Amino acid sequence: MNISGVEFIKGCSAIGAGLALIAGIGPGIGQGIAAGHAASAVGRNPGAKSDVTSTMLLGQAVAETTGLYGLLVGMILIFVQPLAK
Amino acid sequence: MNGNVLLLANDPDFMIKGIFSYNLFGNTVWITTTHVSILIVMILLLTFSAVVHSKLKKLDPYKAPPMLVNIAEYIVEFVNNMAEGVMGNKAAKFFNYIATIAIFILISNISGLLGLRPPTADYGVTFPLGVISFCLITFNKFKWQKPIGVLKGLCDPWPFWLPINLIGDFAVPISLSLRLFANILSGTVMMALYYGLLPFFVKIGIPSALHVYFDLFSGAIQTYVFCMLTMTYISDAIGDN
Repeated sequence: MNISGVEFIKGCSAIGAGLALIAGIGPGIGQGIAAGHAASAVGRNPGAKSDVTSTMLLGQAVAETTGLYGLLVGMILIFVQPLAK
Repeated sequence: MNGNVLLLANDPDFMIKGIFSYNLFGNTVWITTTHVSILIVMILLLTFSAVVHSKLKKLDPYKAPPMLVNIAEYIVEFVNNMAEGVMGNKAAKFFNYIATIAIFILISNISGLLGLRPPTADYGVTFPLGVISFCLITFNKFKWQKPIGVLKGLCDPWPFWLPINLIGDFAVPISLSLRLFANILSGTVMMALYYGLLPFFVKIGIPSALHVYFDLFSGAIQTYVFCMLTMTYISDAIGDN
């Protein structure tokens, strides 16, 4: 089986995209921790539910950013293929 | 070229497409699907505000207000409460900007429901939004803290911390715009993959739940986060004045 150089690079780009999406682990753990602490905060003080929820969503969205960078790298590797040009 | 790694006959297609090109001072400029989506969103917003305005003009205080006026009041009140919760008595000055950006981003994000490609899934739309916010933040920083205070803030723990603080400042518009862009783009890609790759019988009914999550929930959260972060940065820039 003959594999040309460009095809080899495309295959490696797909593997790289898969590896880049490992970045999703960190935000997942972080968002889970934030949601857990928000749940315990609401359990202690149910009156502050709306404040706690909005703070939690804001923090989770900021924590999500690093995972999204990984997603962008993966998407660029698959759909733009800068290395195979 | 695009998507050929998936090796399928019906490739999912979510790319921005050019509609026609023209020459401007020797450069080729493309009118893309993003422009069309923005125009449609703009027409929707303009029509809504024109209708609400005409209804407000002939509003009868002794009758129940019509539905559209109620909706407009709800929107204004929601954004107003949000702004006052973060910025306190400074909120009135920035309310116009925050409300404009909130309504535009919200309608853009949920325009995937209308069958459009969301305009915010194009980095050329979200980056200017981030840059406008950044200019507002920096202007307010210089206005309220004076140049001396800005310099002091940059050299915060020690003077050699300055380059790091500078990078941190310039990362604000990039992270603001990339967050919005990547969230909406990931929703668009997921919907395109779902519609493009699966057999037809799972495309009945199930996509509605996905649309609720990716278009409505994610779009609303990202709108909230963009406005909230802009307001937080502005109130940080204003300080305790």
